[in-house]
Amino acid sequence: MLKDITIGQFFPGDSFIHKMDPRMKIIATLLYIIMLFVASHPLSLIVGILLLVLLYQVSGIPLKMVTKSLKPVVPVILFTSVLNIFFVSGEALFKFFFITITKEGLTLAILMSLRILCLIAGSSLLTYTTSPIELTDAIERLLNPLKKFKVPVHELSMMMTIALRFIPTLIEETDKIINAQKARGADMESGGLMQRAKALVPILIPLFVSSFRRADELAMAMECRCYRGGDGRTRMKQLKYGHRDWIALAVMVLCIAAVLLLNHILG
Amino acid sequence: MSDFIEARGISFSYAMDDDPNPIRVFEDLDLKIKEGEMVAILGHNGSGKSTLAKHFNAILMPDEGMITVNGMDTRNGDLLYDIRQEVGMVFQNPDNQIVATVVEEDVAFGLENIGVPPAEIRTRVDDALERVGISEYKAHAPHRLSGGQKQRVAIAGIIAMRPRCIVLDEPTAMLDPAGRREVMKTILDLNKNHGITIVIITHYMDEAAQCDRVVVMDSGSILIDSTPEDVFSHVRMLKSVGLDVPQATEICYELNKAGYTMPTEVLSVKNCADELQKLIERTYAAKRKAAKLGSKNK
Repeated sequence: MLKDITIGQFFPGDSFIHKMDPRMKIIATLLYIIMLFVASHPLSLIVGILLLVLLYQVSGIPLKMVTKSLKPVVPVILFTSVLNIFFVSGEALFKFFFITITKEGLTLAILMSLRILCLIAGSSLLTYTTSPIELTDAIERLLNPLKKFKVPVHELSMMMTIALRFIPTLIEETDKIINAQKARGADMESGGLMQRAKALVPILIPLFVSSFRRADELAMAMECRCYRGGDGRTRMKQLKYGHRDWIALAVMVLCIAAVLLLNHILG
Repeated sequence: MSDFIEARGISFSYAMDDDPNPIRVFEDLDLKIKEGEMVAILGHNGSGKSTLAKHFNAILMPDEGMITVNGMDTRNGDLLYDIRQEVGMVFQNPDNQIVATVVEEDVAFGLENIGVPPAEIRTRVDDALERVGISEYKAHAPHRLSGGQKQRVAIAGIIAMRPRCIVLDEPTAMLDPAGRREVMKTILDLNKNHGITIVIITHYMDEAAQCDRVVVMDSGSILIDSTPEDVFSHVRMLKSVGLDVPQATEICYELNKAGYTMPTEVLSVKNCADELQKLIERTYAAKRKAAKLGSKNK
């Protein structure tokens, strides 16, 4: 039933990557994305692909998960490839009536497809190896300097945490309400789109009402525990960069350098 | 023992904006709670007990009169967080008071709010989890725990702040019997072995019977305030305000009404069984005596 929905795509483990500081994981992922866009030749992208294969090997994430994360982007890749192959002008490789396939078009199509695949697989690795709470925590700390510009960083991350905390609770509640309405004869499985949308109303209204009640109680419980926003707050878990994180950073920087070198050689 | 919480002549009413007839919850109420006591507050729905409880840690302020917590006036805004550190509060629904997605993170929440250094948070959190007996679940997600375990997480979150008093607003109302027992055991341990003052609002009479003192509220005023033995001997009065008495007390009361002599201040099942045994032995002995006399007379 609804209860089985997993939140995020965290895949618990004990690897080098799992143990990295989540902040560095976010930074490394951003560097990886930059690297993908710096690579201007399909052959320079090989660095990115090799790195990705290596990282997945280290993380112990099953290959099944990777293919699962890539499935939804296949249509996008096909679409951009078709556009690139047929509509980029340059040195013609193949001509058939009005269709011309150029060398530049083909290269660009391969480059773009590989880029998108690496981008999705690479950023999925971040969410596979980092729990949602670590992610919110890391984002809060990375964005901390923005507090100077009056960005409510702590409040945003608190909202994220509470949302994550209440998703399973609300799913359970939705389940109960659906059953309660079914027991009262509500029909949710038949009818057209409009009818099904209408059938959701008796589920959403009780859910909203109870969410407001929950919010009220939670706010009071938080007040009772001396909550007063982010000022003067300490944290139990301190994030600390370790040697692992510096190794990861060095690897990323070296890879970007390698890509730049390859770009230069391949012209 | 000194008075830890003292309410003097407090009145409170829920007033909607510009409402000419605000709903009076209580008026001119006095109550003292001593340090180290375990007090139960009874009363049917709408008797004002939850509202009263919210006055104990400055969530609500009295319209008239004053409440002091360890000598601190709750109306003094500067002392707000000091008061809330001294008096922790646990609510009915454990789901709605757990903030974090990991058990130990939630226990740490209050300590993080008051700015305790990280290393000390760690030791206090481990200590609190140990005390309520859920150390093994510290890395779990709260929604995977049972109701009783969740409520103990909530209690751990409070005791980590080292309060001197905990106010519990129907902490067992949403739990199954096993969960209720777990939670009551934890509360009793905190009171007896760690000297924490407990104020517990409950609908379960057997829970109230385990306290040192029982306060019965009815429509905003205190009806009786005494030991459980004394309070539960007023069976008829309790029933008239919509409350029950512990089953053991009720059996003795009914037997008394039926003409058997039974003590009225029986609270525990064991006590009741002993008294019943005595009653049976007495009756049996009396019958034997009567039979003997009868045979002699022949």
